[in-house]
Amino acid sequence: MRKRASIITGVIATLLASSAYAVETGKDIAFNRSKGNCLACHSMPTLPDAEQPGESGPPLIAMLARFPDRAVLRAKIWDATATNSGSFMPPMGKHQVLTEAEIDKVVDFLYGL
Amino acid sequence: MKKIAKQTYIALAGLSVLMGTVSASAGPEEDRLKLVAHFKNKFPDLKFDDYIYSALAFDPDAKAQYNSIMEFPPYTSELDKGAKLWKTPLKSGKTYADCLPNGGKMIAGNYPIFDDAKGKVVTLEDTINDCRVANGEEAYQIGDDKTLGLISAYMRTLSDGMKMNIKVEGAGALKAYEDGKRTFYGRVGQLNFSCGNCHVDNAGVRIRSELLSPVIGQATHWPAFRGGDKLTTLQERYKGCQYDVRHTPDKPGSTRYNNLEYFHSYLSNGLEMKASVFRK
Repeated sequence: MRKRASIITGVIATLLASSAYAVETGKDIAFNRSKGNCLACHSMPTLPDAEQPGESGPPLIAMLARFPDRAVLRAKIWDATATNSGSFMPPMGKHQVLTEAEIDKVVDFLYGL
Repeated sequence: MKKIAKQTYIALAGLSVLMGTVSASAGPEEDRLKLVAHFKNKFPDLKFDDYIYSALAFDPDAKAQYNSIMEFPPYTSELDKGAKLWKTPLKSGKTYADCLPNGGKMIAGNYPIFDDAKGKVVTLEDTINDCRVANGEEAYQIGDDKTLGLISAYMRTLSDGMKMNIKVEGAGALKAYEDGKRTFYGRVGQLNFSCGNCHVDNAGVRIRSELLSPVIGQATHWPAFRGGDKLTTLQERYKGCQYDVRHTPDKPGSTRYNNLEYFHSYLSNGLEMKASVFRK
């Protein structure tokens, strides 16, 4: 009985590990309204499915040219108010809107824009 | 010599009292005029009177839809319920109209007021409740949409066309106003937004497909009936905003919300009231 329970637990754990959580991409996180919700304020002109973007923040384009230093871009997302106190951008890392791993994925995604 | 010194002292004291009065009454009006100038500079084509339409003022299509909905408002039956409650005599036999200045007509634009005797901000809803208690009834819960909300929705229609005329006079009033101002400009919640971030700095800007409304004019049209006939009071809207920025909202009627409503309403001074209205 106990053995069967442990098998079931194992199967569930494997399923969970391989499902949405594990495969959530940087794009998924950026588009998700309860996570990054980047489109609330930023357009992504190179992505046709980035529909009805907001216009409060600058367009997310040519990120590699604008942020040659990955650490600078990551820090902007983690807490934009650290370098610009008037920035409206929510401090995604500082206020734990996103996890550190999620921020890394979003940074990867942004460099593809 | 001693006499001259004494006179100078009295004159200086008089001057400082005068200056104190001037700066106390100039503060809120300076704040308001600064914001009016800010928006005038940002949206030169928008007329001052159009600020009562909030975000609709920036979107002719949405405004046209609003106009057609307002020809036959979907919330008329709700307002009728409010009118019935308003006209029902209280236990003393008196009505709300008997109890309020000018029969309750063309007075809503004066509220909230700062009541020096009570030492706090008194909203229109509080005044309706005071009327109830003075006439043998129990006070309604602030934020009860089925009673107080409906009465206030109907009562405010009796002030349609009145220009908002909030007064901030005296030290207590100024303190409450300043407290509301701090709430308005303070960044809060997991998303770290202040009211001002959206409704001053980003007014007229789209967040996704939604236009952010300017702070001026916002207080002129509550309660609004959202999505048809869902009554939403101004303080319930505050709750919604705080929830959206992932902050812990207050209950309507809290000191923080009352002071915020006081500050917020002051900024709409000079604009015509229009209650109740449709909002999506």
